[in-house]
Amino acid sequence: MIAEVVTGQQGMLDRILRWSIYVMLIGFAIFYLAPFYVMVVTSLKSIDEIETGNLMALPQNVTGYAWNEAWNVACIGTDCRGMAPYLLNSLMASLPATIIPTLIGAVNGYALSLWRFRGSELCFGLLLFGAFIPYQIVLLPMAQFLGAMGWSSSIFGLAFVYSVYGLPFTTLYFRNFFASFPEDLVNAARVDGIGFFRFFWRVALPVSVPIIVVSVIWQFTNTWNDFLFAASYTDANSATSMVALNNFVQVATGVKRYNVDMAAAIITGLPTILVYVVAGRYLLRGLMAGAVKG
Amino acid sequence: MSARRTLKTWAQDHVSQLALAPTGVLALVFVYGFILLTIYLSLTDSRILPSYNFVGFEQWERLWGARRWWTAVNNLLLFGSLFIGFAIAIGMALAVFLDQRVRAEGVIRTIYLYPMALSFIVTGTAWKWMLNPDLGIEQVFQQWGWTSFQFNWLVQKDMAIYTVVIAAVWQSSGFVMAIFLAALRGIDASIMQSAMVDGASMFRIYRRIILPQLRPAMFTAFVLLLHMAIKSFDLVIALTNGGPGNATDLPATFMYTFAFERSRLGIAAASATMMLFTVVAIIVPYLYAELRAQNRDRRD
Repeated sequence: MIAEVVTGQQGMLDRILRWSIYVMLIGFAIFYLAPFYVMVVTSLKSIDEIETGNLMALPQNVTGYAWNEAWNVACIGTDCRGMAPYLLNSLMASLPATIIPTLIGAVNGYALSLWRFRGSELCFGLLLFGAFIPYQIVLLPMAQFLGAMGWSSSIFGLAFVYSVYGLPFTTLYFRNFFASFPEDLVNAARVDGIGFFRFFWRVALPVSVPIIVVSVIWQFTNTWNDFLFAASYTDANSATSMVALNNFVQVATGVKRYNVDMAAAIITGLPTILVYVVAGRYLLRGLMAGAVKG
Repeated sequence: MSARRTLKTWAQDHVSQLALAPTGVLALVFVYGFILLTIYLSLTDSRILPSYNFVGFEQWERLWGARRWWTAVNNLLLFGSLFIGFAIAIGMALAVFLDQRVRAEGVIRTIYLYPMALSFIVTGTAWKWMLNPDLGIEQVFQQWGWTSFQFNWLVQKDMAIYTVVIAAVWQSSGFVMAIFLAALRGIDASIMQSAMVDGASMFRIYRRIILPQLRPAMFTAFVLLLHMAIKSFDLVIALTNGGPGNATDLPATFMYTFAFERSRLGIAAASATMMLFTVVAIIVPYLYAELRAQNRDRRD
């Protein structure tokens, strides 16, 4: 009898606890989703409705005006071609800066993990340091270097910068990935006279697809989202979408067109959101590897 | 002929080093070389253009004498401690809650983590709109009937830095949750079961057994967040642009302003060096400990 009462009470307490957990979890889900919701509804409203209505309210008359403006018409500086050309710039900088460091990083990580030599750990440590520096420390010499090479204000120059500073990350991913690779297999191959590159192409690279995905997603997301390098090394023609978005939102004169701002922000953020929705697991793995342990 | 052969065998013996050489050269030039160049630049009289005229610590004296620099440093201390504190508290709480075998865990996790995929420029743009005092959150609550509600931190000199904290926590706390959740999932469940059999309450089990085991995760989260805080640049640019006035300047925005807007390259280089030293003081011991621990694991 008593036992039943006690467990009954405990059951009650348990239920209250569980409910409060759900309330907290849902509350935070709303907190994280709210800005996205506000962006979407704002981008579908007219200016009048924004000024008279409520931030959180659904649009009463859905209009594509802001999206059309943001995509085709919006002015960045004196150039009124919308966001589209800048998205293309971002893509042209991000694609090579995704593919090239991933390939080189794969070879590096493979060498550092499976073909270790005396001092290879030190090499790795010295290279890894490059992943943690605040980029302000290289900003000025790099500007001079790009100028000297004639790569100032060019997409090529930007892609080069992204590639160089992406290498520590991609190397880290592949090194940690290959660290769990059976070393006996490598030694056996070596005894059989199979060379470094043959083993890499035939055995190592084919099994490293998961970490290639991590590396590709990391490099793409990071370069797409970069602002510091892009703002420092591009001009009106070569600006990436982040620079264009910021200019567009900050510099606009006259009435603030929040709906166009939000449409432009969604357009700019969409590629990385899509990557996250499709392959969020891999993005997280890349981020976690930033904590060194793979 | 034989010289060629010895070269070939040498290359075969050192193929791993050779494969790494290009990256090594790049790191040597673009990381270490550029760091030295920036440090050197901070000891010259560079203004609009870089100059190689050595003047000792003149620029450093200017930097340390500039009120704006100390505003930036103070802001970093305030922003950094609040950002790290809230992100860890929220991230840890959410991880513990999510670990209670809740329904739709995958969906909830996806929602918590998506801000990490966004750029700080997009986040800043969104929060700037939500926090604007005319049509933003302030008006929402007023229209919902709380007519005296005021929320205009974005335009208040001494409150604006807190809006940066809000947006930064929004962006990063989901990631901290993921770090803690991974750590929680790695804890041996049998310890918990035996504690429960012994009649320990849930609360006690968490306080005595689970939370102490989260210390490495806590350390990792702390280092990563501190690193993010020192590098914070884009979010401030998009949200407040350092304003009102220069109330929300951080070292990163200070450096950028002095380099590209005010053309004081020497001071900019000195401030960048300060940022580097701060990061090095935190990161190098951390990397050293991590790599050593990894090597120990591998040998065992």
